[in-house]
Amino acid sequence: MDNLGNIGTTEEQIELLDVATNFCRDKSPIEKVRALIDDDLGYDPDVWREIGELGWLAIAIPEEHDGVGLSMAEVVPIAEQMGRNLLNTPFGSTTLSAQVLLAGGSDAQKAAWLPKIAAGSAATLALQEDNGDWDLTNIDAQGTVNGDSVTLSGKKQFVVWANNAELIIASVKIDGDVRFALIERGAISDDALRRQAVIDETVRSYELTLDGLTVSADALLDGTRTRAVLEAIELAGSLIHSAEMTGGTQAVIDYTIEYLNTRKQFDKIIGSFQALKHPTVENYVEYEKSRTHLYSAAHCFSDQGRGEVAVRMAASQAHGTYSHAADRAIQFHGAFGFTHDCDAQLYRRQAIFKGALNGDAAWHRDKLSNLLFD
Amino acid sequence: MADKPNAAELKEYADEADAWFKENTVRDPGFMLPLTFMEVSTDQQFDFLRDWQRKVYEAGYLGASWPKEYGGGGLHSDYQRAATRAMKKYDAPIMLNAIGNGWAGPLILDLGTEEQKQKYIKPMLSAEDIWCQGFSEPENGSDLGNAQLKAVKDGDDYVLNGSKIWTSLGDRAKYMILLARTDFDAPNKYAGLSFFLNPMDVDGITTTKIKKLTGEYGFVQCFFTDARVPADCLFGGEGNGWSMAMKTLEYERGAKVKPVGGYFVKELDVMDIVELAKNSKRGGKPLLDDPVMRDKMTQFMIDIQALNLNNTRRRMPQLMQDRPMGLPLMNKLARTDLIQRLTEFSLEFQGSKAGYYVGDENAVDDGYWHRSYLNSFSATIGGGTSQIQKNIIGEHVLGLPKTR
Repeated sequence: MDNLGNIGTTEEQIELLDVATNFCRDKSPIEKVRALIDDDLGYDPDVWREIGELGWLAIAIPEEHDGVGLSMAEVVPIAEQMGRNLLNTPFGSTTLSAQVLLAGGSDAQKAAWLPKIAAGSAATLALQEDNGDWDLTNIDAQGTVNGDSVTLSGKKQFVVWANNAELIIASVKIDGDVRFALIERGAISDDALRRQAVIDETVRSYELTLDGLTVSADALLDGTRTRAVLEAIELAGSLIHSAEMTGGTQAVIDYTIEYLNTRKQFDKIIGSFQALKHPTVENYVEYEKSRTHLYSAAHCFSDQGRGEVAVRMAASQAHGTYSHAADRAIQFHGAFGFTHDCDAQLYRRQAIFKGALNGDAAWHRDKLSNLLFD
Repeated sequence: MADKPNAAELKEYADEADAWFKENTVRDPGFMLPLTFMEVSTDQQFDFLRDWQRKVYEAGYLGASWPKEYGGGGLHSDYQRAATRAMKKYDAPIMLNAIGNGWAGPLILDLGTEEQKQKYIKPMLSAEDIWCQGFSEPENGSDLGNAQLKAVKDGDDYVLNGSKIWTSLGDRAKYMILLARTDFDAPNKYAGLSFFLNPMDVDGITTTKIKKLTGEYGFVQCFFTDARVPADCLFGGEGNGWSMAMKTLEYERGAKVKPVGGYFVKELDVMDIVELAKNSKRGGKPLLDDPVMRDKMTQFMIDIQALNLNNTRRRMPQLMQDRPMGLPLMNKLARTDLIQRLTEFSLEFQGSKAGYYVGDENAVDDGYWHRSYLNSFSATIGGGTSQIQKNIIGEHVLGLPKTR
């Protein structure tokens, strides 16, 4: 099979891994993660500003648009360490939005938005709808062109961080074709955004009502590049999610090990019992496979053919492993695991949300099987 | 230290090796070749593999980076790696003398006396002297540290009494690396153990063949009854047996002594399974159209790719910072379990043909998959069971407390 890729790193990637490891650990202690759950905004604006100042939102943006000019490979270590420390901010949605603009934006659109994003403005995507289908082309929201303007209608779901994003990129159908509209947050009334109750309490997610919204025809992405945009969303999105989930897996395993190394029952540290030790080792083995797939996906990302195989493998492995490791983390904490105070639930809930947003392990395997066997 | 070759030197050598293995590799001698050194069953198989190893050694493609003064090639290990790549490319048979070349040889090169190096290394490379391993006992398998075979010093000899079991090539070996108990009053069970380079052609040592679950032979039980061996067979000093035994495991990972080259276990070619799946039918339709089988096969591909890439990643310290021993120590567990599940899955492909076995003319690929599945247990049990591997990883990588 010649579409199986390799693994490798870049110098910049490893430098960023080092910096991000320390930054995310220092800025996102678990007490702070928990405090932010009850906060309206859901993230620390000072930390978000620092992320912008560090240039992390500019990493995969070309220099001509005030970016750093690196690639998605260098975004991976940052997203990984953010996931590891449950440092949830609009970083992922903003990075992905920039990739969407690069894939389907006109020169003017790129010039208008990419420098802003590179400088620290948040952006997000409005893709999902009520039907719960991960197929991004199965949508009902509409756009109607009237001369120079486009009238939008319908509802989008799971628009993460929408309240504080300056740009929302929404998918709609225009004359039966999937198109993407750039909507400025300022154009959206507060009534059009409804905060959803979502299983991951560390994220802010909204339903966006498009009815009554009008954008300029200039705000549509190039209709001939819709396929490239969809691919960017699926692949860059999956890569970012895989990184966050792999980081989360490492954290939930470490969290479990710490408990197994301190809790005593029957006069023994419970980590000495094989009923707990062996499945923890199995989860750890799966975690290392996740990380291997993750850095292979980062390495192969722009490689035609191999990139998608590597990313789908990473996404499937990461979601399956994160889900199971966090599930066992709850169980192995005993009755404490059943409480909201035990951190295991934070990871378990996040794994469910990430899968819901980006496709679960089986979904990615299905896509992968077509690439491998057909 | 041998010089690292430049690109042109290495290419010249690699081209020569490639041509040699292309010319000399016999893949089908007319009988089934063992996939691992633990599966050598018949005289025909043994003689073939012994000749093959000698031929490869004499051509300079085995032990190429071991010291010249003891029979090696004295070259940089890049040369040996190039030769091993050529073996893999032409799907060459395994190297027979696994315990000698993989375990005893590196130990002797690392810690042996000049005399021991002169005596043992060359004949083990040429497969003239076959080696076996005497670690497990009938009552002490996973609990290896509790080995009880008794070695009592008597004048210039040690007198051995007890039994070793699951000894691959035990009935054909000239030497055994032997873990025996020299002190029954030691402060702990490990401290009473000693390590011997034990000659097998001694009165009082007998072997009995053990039939494997595949129906073939391949390993033996060894009985030691007042067997006298010279005291200079002791290696590493009395009471150091456990640390010597553990050292042999380190050599497997290529620490200190350059790997001898070749391979003792043939890697399953995963693409063969994909091909088998593609060519199989279920309910009259292509097997991979069945969503369940398709999903399972995809999951296997994800697992296979992860383990293949793990082998690259384990040499990338920049991605191994948190638990540097994780990937090296999990490799055996993950790989052997995967091969077991995969070969088991390959039987699911075959519909009613899964019922045939080696020897039936209708068996798919002459029963290769059935035999591979049954033999896969040698790898998940031998060399420390998967369950023991989980203890090792749990304790040494994750820092969990010892089980016991």
